[in-house]
Amino acid sequence: MMLLYRTLLRLYPGSWRAEYGEEMCAVFLARRQAESGFIAFQALWIETIADLLTGAAAVQMDQLRQDLTYVARTFRRSPAFVVTTITIAAVGIGATTAAFTMLDHVLIRPLAFADPERLAKVYEDHPAQGSRFGDVSPANYRDWKRTSKSFEMFGAYRGLSVNLTGQGDPRTLEGASVTSEVFPILGVQPVLGRYFSSQEDRDSAPGTVILGYGLWQGLFGADPNILGRTINLYDIPHTIIGVMPKTFYFPNRDAQLWTAMRWGPKNFEDRLDTYIFGLARLKRDVSMQQAQAEMSTIASQLARAYPKELARTGATVLLLRNDVSNQALLMLKVLLCAALCVLLIACTNLANLLLARAMVRRRELAVRTALGAGRERLIRQMLTESLVLALAGGAFGLLIAYSALPLLVRLVPVSLPIAKVPSMDLRVVLFAVLITGLTGIVFGLVPALRVFGGQDATGLHESGRSGAGGRRERLRSALVMAEVAGSVVLLVAFGLLTRALWNIQSVDPGFVADHVLTLRTTLPVPRYETAAAREPFYRHVLDETRRLPGVTGAAYTSFLPMVNRGGIWPVEVEGHPQDVSLRRTASLRFVTPGFFSAMGIPLLQGRDVAESDTNDSPYVAIVSQSMVRRYWAAENPIGRHIDIGNHNRLIIGVVGDIRVRGLERSSEPQVYLSWRQPDDVSPWYSPKDLVVRSSSDAVALAPSLRRIIHDADPAQPVSDIQPLTAIVQAETASRRVQLGVLGAFGAVAFLLAAVGIHGLLSFAVSSRTQEIGVRIALGAQRSDIIGMTLREGFQLAAVGIIAGAVLAYGSGRLLASLLAGVQPGDAATFAAAGLLAMLMTLAGSLLPALRAVRVDPTTALRAD
Amino acid sequence: MASPKPPDPSTLLPLPSAAFHILMALAGCELHGYAIIQDIAARTDNQLRLGAATLYRSLQRMLEQGLIVETGDRPAPEFDDQRRRYYRITRFGESVARAEVRRLTDLVRLAGGSGFATGKA
Repeated sequence: MMLLYRTLLRLYPGSWRAEYGEEMCAVFLARRQAESGFIAFQALWIETIADLLTGAAAVQMDQLRQDLTYVARTFRRSPAFVVTTITIAAVGIGATTAAFTMLDHVLIRPLAFADPERLAKVYEDHPAQGSRFGDVSPANYRDWKRTSKSFEMFGAYRGLSVNLTGQGDPRTLEGASVTSEVFPILGVQPVLGRYFSSQEDRDSAPGTVILGYGLWQGLFGADPNILGRTINLYDIPHTIIGVMPKTFYFPNRDAQLWTAMRWGPKNFEDRLDTYIFGLARLKRDVSMQQAQAEMSTIASQLARAYPKELARTGATVLLLRNDVSNQALLMLKVLLCAALCVLLIACTNLANLLLARAMVRRRELAVRTALGAGRERLIRQMLTESLVLALAGGAFGLLIAYSALPLLVRLVPVSLPIAKVPSMDLRVVLFAVLITGLTGIVFGLVPALRVFGGQDATGLHESGRSGAGGRRERLRSALVMAEVAGSVVLLVAFGLLTRALWNIQSVDPGFVADHVLTLRTTLPVPRYETAAAREPFYRHVLDETRRLPGVTGAAYTSFLPMVNRGGIWPVEVEGHPQDVSLRRTASLRFVTPGFFSAMGIPLLQGRDVAESDTNDSPYVAIVSQSMVRRYWAAENPIGRHIDIGNHNRLIIGVVGDIRVRGLERSSEPQVYLSWRQPDDVSPWYSPKDLVVRSSSDAVALAPSLRRIIHDADPAQPVSDIQPLTAIVQAETASRRVQLGVLGAFGAVAFLLAAVGIHGLLSFAVSSRTQEIGVRIALGAQRSDIIGMTLREGFQLAAVGIIAGAVLAYGSGRLLASLLAGVQPGDAATFAAAGLLAMLMTLAGSLLPALRAVRVDPTTALRAD
Repeated sequence: MASPKPPDPSTLLPLPSAAFHILMALAGCELHGYAIIQDIAARTDNQLRLGAATLYRSLQRMLEQGLIVETGDRPAPEFDDQRRRYYRITRFGESVARAEVRRLTDLVRLAGGSGFATGKA
């Protein structure tokens, strides 16, 4: 009975228990003896428990209030200390929270669809091309859908880029064409109207369109009566049937509108014509593995049915949530690890700061202990102090993280259907609170336990300033070494990734990007379906552009490199065995004459396409060097024939290779065709990107180019105006952001480590003033004293650097796939990081060393 | 620690009812904790029985406020329990108690004008 009472008493602070615990027990005992009878006994217990609980809460609050008052008082005495600690804590917590928010946004948070864990993407698996996540042909999609049993619903979509006309200035909009299943699969209700019906999703059905929230708000002024209105997409009227909510992102965050797929029988003819993606909702009781197994079986059945095309084609089922490239994933993990590193260093530094402060306050603490303050009470006060600091740091950290998020958007993979800027929710805040609490406890408890670890009374015996007991010195040294090691790891990671970036930036894209402006005008069909209809437009724009001052070249192409990585066509080469299932492919472009000189792609052999290469003359092709290497290694390719783009073509020229798929990926060989062969190239492949080379500032040409295009056809929009250099730079944008973040983290860690070394040595010097004074009095040279102090610093740094280098090598190996050929043990990077760490040590040690030299032996000896 | 006495008793008003009862219990004599509880219970005809936690928290606060003090004086050993501490009201405590009584009296008089205090309820 008393045991229970005593257990409940544990809810009270120890100091209170020591003061009143026994008396309260006595009172309880007395009351219990006074009561008799079961009911009275029960009532007493209920009353007692309520009394104890409310009392405990109140006493704890009282004490907290007292501690806070005490803490506020001590803080007022040392504002510099408070500002330093809060800043350090804010940096550590801010970095970690920002990194966690990113990770949460990209990897953890469920997608904003109904039952997102049952949403899967289905790809064609093309092992011959090394691509597990290939586009799907409509015919395969149809057969998959028909035969599979794993899915509740199965749909398909493709990216879409359309011209909107008749609604103010003509403009190009991004979106997707979807089958009628896609919206029900995602399970997000429109804010207005409805989804596509299966009647609307077929050939020759009238055009319908669903608007994205942003488009509805922006272009249509959030008109509530928008449903039923008709807009022109590529001159074809489309009726608006719905508006999606603000947070609906599909297939990615750039999609602004959706149209129905409207396939006809023709679309299902060619099984090699892959351009859609499968989207499916798993049945409730079917796992991803089961779905994958079933799809693999179906794919091999199809391979047997269509061996010519599909002998080497499988199927891949992937959770929609996991549709993130490994590189994007690794970048985020690096970010989080680096942030944790910063947090750890920050905590270490804070522990060190508080430890130093506690050492200085040992006398005060010892006096208070002697006056009867319990040890537990003092530890509690110290913890309150560190928690208050951590909380303030955490609040600022949250602010830092919140304002840093927009800088990190480049690290959000574009492949996922999620918002561009990560948002913070309660979970993120909870995470921050958790880290803050941990931080506060770690950096508060370590010093508190350390201070009270020794005998209680030592503080009174020792003189106030000789607080540097050997054991504590060792702890602080270890903390500083950990800081140095951590900052070396960050520095090396930064160095390795910087070198990787240099490697990538020094990759020759195959064209000369400087002084080139690009812009897009997609000509609508049916108006511009034939070459004859297009010709006046191209002629006007190109002739007028070439007349502009400074312009040295201008041409239209179907795709710019790196912007559109598609346009991959099967190719058959005369004299090479035919096997379409191998999916021999080339990256295909239809161009106007002058494309190569405008892009700065070297013409190595033969000639450019000419105005005379029309539908009536022999079909010609220009191939890139890698194509020549692959098929005609020792022979002259000029005059040979290839089958590509539905026609047999004569090779008339060879040009240099360009990086179609980006700087970090290898590309298919490239083939260039005259834009008039055939004269009804499909809209997707007809030239739309204008490339203009200038001898001076190309960007300044933009207004003139807009005017020229407006003169050619005022109904056509101009979009994607950007210098070619920007396109190349966008390739490395996410890396540069990542490096910026890592660099900032590294710099912070570095600074903190320097502060740590400085603090430790300053403390060592000031606590050894007497000893140094004696040495100087006994004739030690100033240089000896400097040497002694510096040696101490460098010993710490050396251990830290070696440990850091080992860790850095390990993390470098984990980073391997991001390193673009740089070795994880890159000597130059390690040497630079080590040197920097040494310099930092020197910087941190210098002031304390100088202070040591300035010790005046007479004052030092007189001090006590 | 010399606690600075608040110059004006009215700053502590209104007193929490537990504190007022404790002051009344200590008005004539020094008592230990359990005796205070018993005294209050007797005085209120068992209407109010303070719990130990409430009592000691009130005592602690009242000590801080200077309303009461612990006394070093002990009764004869045969009546004494080592664990027990005895409390005595201070002058300041007395003046605060008087101020509280005045406050309550004024309140009752005010209530009289409203018709609540006729005892007919």
